[in-house]
Amino acid sequence: MIKLNSNLMIHQYFCLMIRYLKKQNFWFVFTPYFWLVLFFFIPLALIFKISISVSEWGMPPYRDLFSLSEEGFKIDSTLSNYLFIFSDPFYIRSYLNSLSLAFTSTILCLVIGYPIAFYVAKSHANIRIILLVLLIIPFWTSFLLRVYAWKVLLQGSGIINSILIHLGFITEPISMLHNHYAVILGVVYTYLPFMILPLYGYLVKFDLNLIDAANDLGAKPVNTFLKVILPLSLPGIIAGSMLVFIPVVGEFVIPEMLGGSDKLYFGKIIWDEFFVNRDWPVASALAMSGIVILVFPIVIFQLMYAKYNFKNE
Amino acid sequence: MQNTILRMNKLFFKIFTLTIGFSFLYFPILTLIAYSFNDNKRVMVWKGFSFRWYKELFQNEQILEAFYTSIKIASLSATFATIMGVMIGFSLTRISKIPARPFFIFLSSSPLVMPEIILGLSLLLFFISSNHIIGFPSSKGQLTVLISHITFSVAFVAVIIQSRLSSYDKNIEEAAQDLGTIPNMIFWKITAPVILPSIISGWLLAFTLSLDDLVVASFTTGPGANTLPIVVFSKVRLGLSPEVNALSAIIMLIVVLAAISVYFINRSHIKK
Repeated sequence: MIKLNSNLMIHQYFCLMIRYLKKQNFWFVFTPYFWLVLFFFIPLALIFKISISVSEWGMPPYRDLFSLSEEGFKIDSTLSNYLFIFSDPFYIRSYLNSLSLAFTSTILCLVIGYPIAFYVAKSHANIRIILLVLLIIPFWTSFLLRVYAWKVLLQGSGIINSILIHLGFITEPISMLHNHYAVILGVVYTYLPFMILPLYGYLVKFDLNLIDAANDLGAKPVNTFLKVILPLSLPGIIAGSMLVFIPVVGEFVIPEMLGGSDKLYFGKIIWDEFFVNRDWPVASALAMSGIVILVFPIVIFQLMYAKYNFKNE
Repeated sequence: MQNTILRMNKLFFKIFTLTIGFSFLYFPILTLIAYSFNDNKRVMVWKGFSFRWYKELFQNEQILEAFYTSIKIASLSATFATIMGVMIGFSLTRISKIPARPFFIFLSSSPLVMPEIILGLSLLLFFISSNHIIGFPSSKGQLTVLISHITFSVAFVAVIIQSRLSSYDKNIEEAAQDLGTIPNMIFWKITAPVILPSIISGWLLAFTLSLDDLVVASFTTGPGANTLPIVVFSKVRLGLSPEVNALSAIIMLIVVLAAISVYFINRSHIKK
């Protein structure tokens, strides 16, 4: 019965598809999706395939998953790459470091970004446009150069150390670079616009009369914020948080430039496993586990995205 | 009286927050620009004002070549990504009977939330094995970087286009249809002019994404395809470089000019 049902559904689906294809311009609609399947989903499927292949010396450095020899068709798969990763505390620690970095910096971006987005959105229209342009300029400036700017600032002979010495707080330059605090600072700095812009997008649509209404009805400012402003800007908070959290988990450049050896991060481990150790199966298994860890935030983002961008239809 | 004090307090808090916030955003960049005029090989020790590093920057063949490569890849990638982004925006907002619509939404927005390092690794392995199987692409280089950049830019352009398409009045298109305009004409005469600002901002976003990308390009690049971020990263990975300071100042200048022109274009657009 269930089988029949599903067959019927598939049949219906194909009928719909065919009728639809006759009406619409097929290539206009499907070219971009073909592109994404070919260059986004097939590569992802490929790293899954390589992640369950057996490592081997040679080029490519893994054994084919399927082989057709005289003995017949054979599937040569293994979970050993995954077991290897999850039995080694080195890898687990790097995952946890990345997750805690992403979590800390998302919270910090939210705490710093929310008031800025709020006040920019509440400004008078003329000033608002100028402030918005001022917010977008760092967003457009090269990411790499903004990280590099902090490297210059935090140097032993850098400007922050000089100021602190001048003010008499310290007598000798302290080393502020190459530790995980510098990494957090760099991440918060470079990802702040990703938090502010979606927040701004929701806060600007927000009707200021609601605040007055709440005040008139006797709500304390704290309650007005918690019960009126915050719930209405929640989609912006979630969108911004996901746009910071997800890429930061895989961040490579910032830890490489500002970080030291005190904490290793997921992105760096994949990079080294691939470029230094040349162990493709382990690098692929690391990437796949990264996706698995990120599935939850990614699904939240996707649901939000579908809900808020397509609610009119 | 008390009300005035409260309002002054609020205003003070607002100005205070915005000042601190914007100083945090601009302080590092402005310091970098200031030190680009420093006539000293040691970046942070001030010796005197000079254009020395700008001169050296414009004589650095490696950086100039990388800059040219980057601009070429970024403009091609932005153009292709914009074309496909418009197609996606259309199919998701204008064709209500598209079968399995959530699936297509998922398909088009997935690259938005994939960490670069995973994207880069998967594309590289894909190019290697497709080279193995069908001999294409014959080698890693500008073409593979271009393909990768188009792939992750499409999703961003699609977001911009579809939010514009779903927010403007569909009735204009339907009215044109009722008056007997053929579909192609509707697109070129009505829809395209309305979404033109979004197309331009989508193109600019795709352009900056490509110009800015280090991780994906490092994975998919090959001989003769060093983009600007790759060269800059190799220079500053281990230390500081006064030439890179000068480069930052120039990029900043370009971005500010672009932002100002976008501001004025928008303003004249709104006034109309």
